[in-house]
Amino acid sequence: MNKQELSAMVAEILNGMEHEPLAKGGDYRPTAPQPEKAPTSYGDGDFVPDVTALDLRKLYLVENGENEEKFRKMKEKTPARLGCGRAGARYKTLTMLRFRADHAAAQDAVFSQVPEDFAAQNGMVEVQTRCRSKDEYLTRPDLGRCFDEENQRKIRAAIPGTPRVQIVVGDGLSSAAITANAMDCLAAIRDGLKLRGIDPGTPIFVRYCRVGAGDAIGDVTGCELVCMLVGERPGLVTDKSMSAYLTYQPRTGVSESARTVVSNIHAQGTPAVEAGAHIAGLIETILKKKVSGVGLHLEAGA
Amino acid sequence: MSEILRSVGLDVGTTSTQMIFSELAVENKASGFAVPEMEIAERRILYRSPVHFTPLLDEDHVDAPALRDIVAAEYRAAGIDRSSVDTGAIIITGETSRKENARAVLDALSDFAGEFVVATAGPDLESVLAAKGAGAVDVSARTGKTVLHMDIGGGTSNLALMRDGKIERTGCLNVGGRLLKFDEEGRVSYVSPVLNGLCDLQVGDRADPETVMPLAETLTHALEMAAGLREPTPLLERLTTREAGAFPPCREENLTISFSGGVADCIENRHPWLKFGDLGPVLGQAIRDSRLCRGDYMLGRETIRATVIGAGCHSAQLSGSTVFYQNVPFPLKNVPVAHLADLSGETIRRALKTRGSGAVLAFAGQKAPDYRAVASMAEILSESTGGTVRICLEADMAKALGQALALRLGTRAEILCIDRVRVPEGSYLDVGAPVGPALPVVVKTLVLGGDAPAGNACTGGL
Repeated sequence: MNKQELSAMVAEILNGMEHEPLAKGGDYRPTAPQPEKAPTSYGDGDFVPDVTALDLRKLYLVENGENEEKFRKMKEKTPARLGCGRAGARYKTLTMLRFRADHAAAQDAVFSQVPEDFAAQNGMVEVQTRCRSKDEYLTRPDLGRCFDEENQRKIRAAIPGTPRVQIVVGDGLSSAAITANAMDCLAAIRDGLKLRGIDPGTPIFVRYCRVGAGDAIGDVTGCELVCMLVGERPGLVTDKSMSAYLTYQPRTGVSESARTVVSNIHAQGTPAVEAGAHIAGLIETILKKKVSGVGLHLEAGA
Repeated sequence: MSEILRSVGLDVGTTSTQMIFSELAVENKASGFAVPEMEIAERRILYRSPVHFTPLLDEDHVDAPALRDIVAAEYRAAGIDRSSVDTGAIIITGETSRKENARAVLDALSDFAGEFVVATAGPDLESVLAAKGAGAVDVSARTGKTVLHMDIGGGTSNLALMRDGKIERTGCLNVGGRLLKFDEEGRVSYVSPVLNGLCDLQVGDRADPETVMPLAETLTHALEMAAGLREPTPLLERLTTREAGAFPPCREENLTISFSGGVADCIENRHPWLKFGDLGPVLGQAIRDSRLCRGDYMLGRETIRATVIGAGCHSAQLSGSTVFYQNVPFPLKNVPVAHLADLSGETIRRALKTRGSGAVLAFAGQKAPDYRAVASMAEILSESTGGTVRICLEADMAKALGQALALRLGTRAEILCIDRVRVPEGSYLDVGAPVGPALPVVVKTLVLGGDAPAGNACTGGL
């Protein structure tokens, strides 16, 4: 074999390799090369379109789908990222950007603060758990459940006598959830309690708040029930979801199973005002039955 | 945990009277950590009556005592005590609803058949119930097909067009198996007045399948026109019943046609032409040989019993599970609905004036409203209504609005505030006693002897 023959053979082999599919998974179908789209150009001062403004339930990116209409109907029923299509074996750029934007919003909700004047503007006294910063709050859950002496004094001063019901608003893991929902929910709870002849008491705002902080407030005030509105750990669907935890006889050390929870309070879930009206009814039931959490479910025969 | 609603369905049709008893299992579908969401999780049929001929005194009068006897006998046969029935519907359908004393019969039976039983008639509801009872709505929801359901009974054919499981519109044609009746020798014994000009046969004439077939074909043509399978002629309008609005022909390609009603049994089964003493077998044959059965067609899961099963199992729906009520004398029956175009004092007062002071005020409401919006709605509503406020919303906000109203009107006022129920213009509501946190609701588009019949747009929650 001379040199010429050898190089022809190498060329042939290389040529053959190019036609060999790189993967042989049954699912693999190479995408035909797309013509390069001209990059959109933005001038100075222009805004790039906001990917988070798109309604995910309406965003359908599948090309040549078998039944687009039906797929869209299905998508209306779920906030999940379905019908994203693909670029080769990967997400499309839009899907990837939106995913990262939502993830960033979730992280922001955790790391950002409820505004300093939030409590004052809404007529609440603000207290702080033993956590001194957001970082400490995130790394030391135990400190988010108790108060130092000074804050205990503040609680005692803010809340006269021994309230029957103590409403607590806590930032928890989502500040966005609290600024979006807490006050509307609280107003509806107050309406509902007033209607039932139950004193809604004096709500209090807790910064760096874990659910267990309500037990510490129970220790200090001696209240019969704590209703805590607290920001839920954000997900990719919403960063504004709030929960209400209702605890009968809240005292440090109470079992988690003794809490009644109403979760998913946000605009796409249970609306804040409607949840508030429901919570007021729950408070009445819990006070009447003198039990919350799993015990209440068992009582109801659930 | 599930609660059981016991339901009765009674269908007094042109030809047949049938009854079923069923149980609706109501369950909370939400997790234990969320606001409850009650749903009808299962519908179980406990008892089906045989198909009785509707007792008539003469062509214009239903024999009320005889009908009461049938109903009483069926309760006994089923072993069901009438006081244990929570909900259900009695519907007088087809030509029977035109009989002079239909209203009295309906009232008599309604009181007989349990506490919360809807007495109603009307082609819209009947079409909806038949389509649900036959399972056509399920098929459309499951497959995504666009389905035109035809419940072909004795006097009328009830049409319902559904897309993705949602009923878009309904209609009713004077096409039925008992528009023409024969004696045992095949002599014509009855010709319905709706056939005037369509049929040369007179009472007493001898008939055979060949002489009757042209009429059966004419009637079938009207069905084909409604389905968009034949160029519409004035015949379609002519055969549209007085009570129903016009049914514009379907334009859908790939329409699936579904059949129920007594005549549906004659489409796939060949019966001797005089077996039932009416047009049914010949009409069934004409339909089988028509364009209706050339494409995608199906017989309902139920045929002759579709309407009664719809009445027994599908007439009641549940409100949202966070609702508000105080001092409401359940069950409420036949409460007229007044739609509010906007939420102003003037609109509310006008609505209550035209539809009566006890009317249910219906409006969409607001998705996830803030507290201020709820409070201002409550302000306007409490100022513009009397001691009784009844409200039906679509958006999930009834409990918040209801309690805001109660704070303004006091604990003595009668307040009903429900949500997640969509009611078409001009309809009527029945509301039963609470099932868990929700209320059973029946939306009716027409109450016999009530106001003018509603149009055929049927967007109700039914």
